[in-house]
Amino acid sequence: MDNKNGASTLMRKTLMALTGLFLCFFLVIHLLGNLQLLLPAEQAKVSFNSYSQLLSGNIFIKIISYVLYASIIIHCLDALVITLKNKKTAGKYAVDNRGRASKWYSRNMGILGTLILIFLVFHFKDFWYQYKFGSLPKDESGHKDLYTIVIAAYQDWWYVLFYVLSMFALGYHLLHGFYSAARSLGLYHPKYVSWVRVFGTGYSYIITIGFAIIPVYIYLTQHVLWN
Amino acid sequence: MKLYLKIWRQSDAASEGKLVDYELDNVIPHMSFLEMMDTLNEQLVLKGDRPVEFDHDCREGICGQCGMMINGQAHGPIANLTTCQLHMREFKDGDTIYVEPFRALAFPIKRDLRVDRSAFDRIIMAGGFVSVNTGQAPEANGIPITHEQAESAFDSAACIGCGACVATCKNSSAALFTSAKISHLAKLPQGKMESRKRVLSMVKQMDDENFGHCTNTEACEVECPQQISVLNIARMNWEYSISSVLKK
Repeated sequence: MDNKNGASTLMRKTLMALTGLFLCFFLVIHLLGNLQLLLPAEQAKVSFNSYSQLLSGNIFIKIISYVLYASIIIHCLDALVITLKNKKTAGKYAVDNRGRASKWYSRNMGILGTLILIFLVFHFKDFWYQYKFGSLPKDESGHKDLYTIVIAAYQDWWYVLFYVLSMFALGYHLLHGFYSAARSLGLYHPKYVSWVRVFGTGYSYIITIGFAIIPVYIYLTQHVLWN
Repeated sequence: MKLYLKIWRQSDAASEGKLVDYELDNVIPHMSFLEMMDTLNEQLVLKGDRPVEFDHDCREGICGQCGMMINGQAHGPIANLTTCQLHMREFKDGDTIYVEPFRALAFPIKRDLRVDRSAFDRIIMAGGFVSVNTGQAPEANGIPITHEQAESAFDSAACIGCGACVATCKNSSAALFTSAKISHLAKLPQGKMESRKRVLSMVKQMDDENFGHCTNTEACEVECPQQISVLNIARMNWEYSISSVLKK
């Protein structure tokens, strides 16, 4: 029985790995762009707005963005198919102490992923949708003033907290996801497996801290430091 | 020592099972877990009850027949150990011990703690062999193999097929078992020749048997009595991708 659609368990996991790694690559670019928000306010505004303009106008970036949307959707749908199948095949125990043999975040990638997806809904609504379809004010250079929107968004402490907590969910997701992707793609040489593990851990820390620090920094600059 | 046991009793595959309470006195710490079960069964037989059925064979930790979920852990509290090699000195007087069968959709329960692991046999039948004409034993050094190659292949071949990897996996994936069998043969020149075909048909059989996806939690390696490395899974994934792409 099963396997009617022709995709094997291994193919589904390969697809998870490929889309996941593309999203990992995207996060690096996204973080590097966002770090401009940490510049002094005037410089940050000019720099960030012109950067946003550059991204939205470029045809190459447009193509990449479609790959990005596709990756997010495929990653989620594939995860759903995998999880539903796993729920069906899994054994259930009256007393279950299997947890000692693995990390909690490796067993809860679906829940962490769902948290990230919920975050993405708000993230897209507040910035992506605003920039693409909302009516944004223009800055002095005539660019859409996304910078002001971003600064305004991080005025509420609960919104900042929501971002920081979401970044922790992302961090744990990456901590398992990065090296798990390498495993699914078939990296079996012990030396490079340990390298990937170290690299993946460092990567996860940098992405988590990098993204979490931005809303916190903006909130603090607005409310505490130079009020 | 005295133990309070809660053991899964189920009369056949079709019927509902439940945990049944037993008290067992005079357990000697030097007993193996299976000897403790034997002692319980002796008492049950004397009382005229049906003994608890469980799988076992060599009781030396090498056959892979025994396997129980003890207090929610495959083969009990010690990592990398079969149930028969677990001794009662690992438990304390007055302990309550939960004993359940290995559970997975692909491992239907036959009775009590006895499960049907023939899905593993069918995965082996799908490709876990090399095609050679039998006859006289070939010259041992006819095909040169380095010591490292032989050791590495043997590390994979050490899998005893007990099913602890499936039982401890939250998805009941058979990736560790299947990949160990695939890697064992792929690492040797005799097996290399058929490796493309082998990986495709063994993985297909694994999926057809309704094992889950491997999500790389690596719990299997921790519970595996033979410490089969999860890198075998990586090798299987690699072999599978290459073979799928190059398939004619």
